[in-house]
Amino acid sequence: MNRKKNVLSIIGKLAIIVLLFIEIYPIIWLLLSSLKGPNEFATNSMLALPKGFYFKNYLDAWNIGKMNIFFKNSVISVFSALIVIICFSVPAAFAIEKMKWKLSKVALMLFLSGIMIPVQVVLIPLFLIYKQVGLLNSLWSLIITYSAFGLPLSIYLLTGYFKSIPNELMEAALIDGCSIYTMFYHIIVPLIKNALVIIITVEFLFNWNDLIFSMTFISNLKLKTVQTGLMYFTGEKGQKEWGPIFASTVIGMVPTLLLYFGLNKVIIKGMTAGSVKG
Amino acid sequence: MDKLLKNKKTIAIFMLPATILYICVVLIPIIWSGVYSFYDGIPGLNFEFVGLQNYLKLANDKIFITSVIVNLKYVVVVVTGQVILGLLAALLFNFSIKKYKNLARTIVFFPNILPTVAVAALFVKIFEISPQYGLVNSVLHSLNLDSLIQPWLGQPATAFAVLCGSDIWKAIGFYALIFYAALMDVPEDTIEAARIDGARGIRLLWNIILPQIKPILIIGLIFSLNGCLKVFDSPVALTNGGPGTATSMVSMYMFSTSFNYGQYGYGSSIAIFVLIECLLITMVVNYISSRNKLD
Repeated sequence: MNRKKNVLSIIGKLAIIVLLFIEIYPIIWLLLSSLKGPNEFATNSMLALPKGFYFKNYLDAWNIGKMNIFFKNSVISVFSALIVIICFSVPAAFAIEKMKWKLSKVALMLFLSGIMIPVQVVLIPLFLIYKQVGLLNSLWSLIITYSAFGLPLSIYLLTGYFKSIPNELMEAALIDGCSIYTMFYHIIVPLIKNALVIIITVEFLFNWNDLIFSMTFISNLKLKTVQTGLMYFTGEKGQKEWGPIFASTVIGMVPTLLLYFGLNKVIIKGMTAGSVKG
Repeated sequence: MDKLLKNKKTIAIFMLPATILYICVVLIPIIWSGVYSFYDGIPGLNFEFVGLQNYLKLANDKIFITSVIVNLKYVVVVVTGQVILGLLAALLFNFSIKKYKNLARTIVFFPNILPTVAVAALFVKIFEISPQYGLVNSVLHSLNLDSLIQPWLGQPATAFAVLCGSDIWKAIGFYALIFYAALMDVPEDTIEAARIDGARGIRLLWNIILPQIKPILIIGLIFSLNGCLKVFDSPVALTNGGPGTATSMVSMYMFSTSFNYGQYGYGSSIAIFVLIECLLITMVVNYISSRNKLD
């Protein structure tokens, strides 16, 4: 009986190792390959380690491959959207959860229903609206879109958080004569710091990785984001220059990589919170 | 304090920005999409009401039907892969390793946060054949399995397989994680009691453990189904629908109809089709799972 258990246990552990290897090796290969010089691909095996740190790939990707422009555009649109999402959703979630009015439950349902909406459904109308008001081919179209679509999940997470803040805390402040705005800003906001970290992280990931919105609203090369720019770059130079292609792919991933290494617990909690309650 | 919490002006100030943004950018466009689907042409130029004509056109549109079939094949393969393999991984994590659980979780979830375009660019190079062998062909070559070397992304069947494979690869971690969290919540006592009663292995799994995590399994299933029905990023970035129509999905057809051919009304009807597909599948899964509860 014990023997059988041991064998199964070893098979299980092996299976896990194989799984983890499959999940991580492509990324390792990517990172290593991005440091290879132009000749190393043709002459050496794909599995070989790079001869040195051929950083020129990154310089080429950044300058010639225009990743500097794409990176800048992504940073501007995503960070602006993050600011809007936080500034809009925190008060709204507070009003829905803590303040007393008849339509609060309706409002909550309205926002929650947005979590699972296929974005394809709004793509055409938004495109036409933005075209009409002249926002096509401007980063504003992305900022507005990312912000609006970030509200449902943010409000969902925040209302959960607000539920756990005891009303006594608010009472104490209000009895002392605070206006509700002061109380909100000085007492409530500091308490939800953890929720804010989750929201910022998750929304950053979603929007940094966005393809469909940036593909639809932006065609001007100078305004492309990292993802659409990467597609353009690999399309143009795909066959020939492997080193810079790998480097630009890595550049496209760098913020998410850094974020993950720094905050993986937060990310995991946030990404799975949307589908699992509690 | 109650009076302060009921203050209409405060409520309005707190609610309005988010509500207005959301209604204008999310809710109203959804309704417009529905309305547009009954029209034909370009708004402002020759937009005319055509009733159900777009939907009738869809039913006879060979390209559309092909994309629906390809999309459904994709859904079957990828949902099965993501959910079943995710579940297997979660079970392995829960029962086979005592230490390093966090490390394993961190590694397996990692591909999930990567940008789809970057993953696609990576996989294109992994399966490349010219001007030089990518990772896979290179490994085959060094193992002297030259007969297996092929243009993976240039052939319909293998391109489809690579697409499915990369999307399963990317998402396994997510499902492994949520199922693992659910498994952790299954009380030790329940499992112990079942073991004492003689339940082992498969029976333990099927009759005791799986029912306990059923709600999460259903949520995971719905998530995966929805994601696969709407898939856009990965086929576009990997093969742009090719070769031929091997990886053409419904969302991509909607995109090209609307933005490459300017048929906004027709494109809207495809978008509504996707929306209804997702709603229906979600309702069906919910219905089936709640029916079983009564047994």
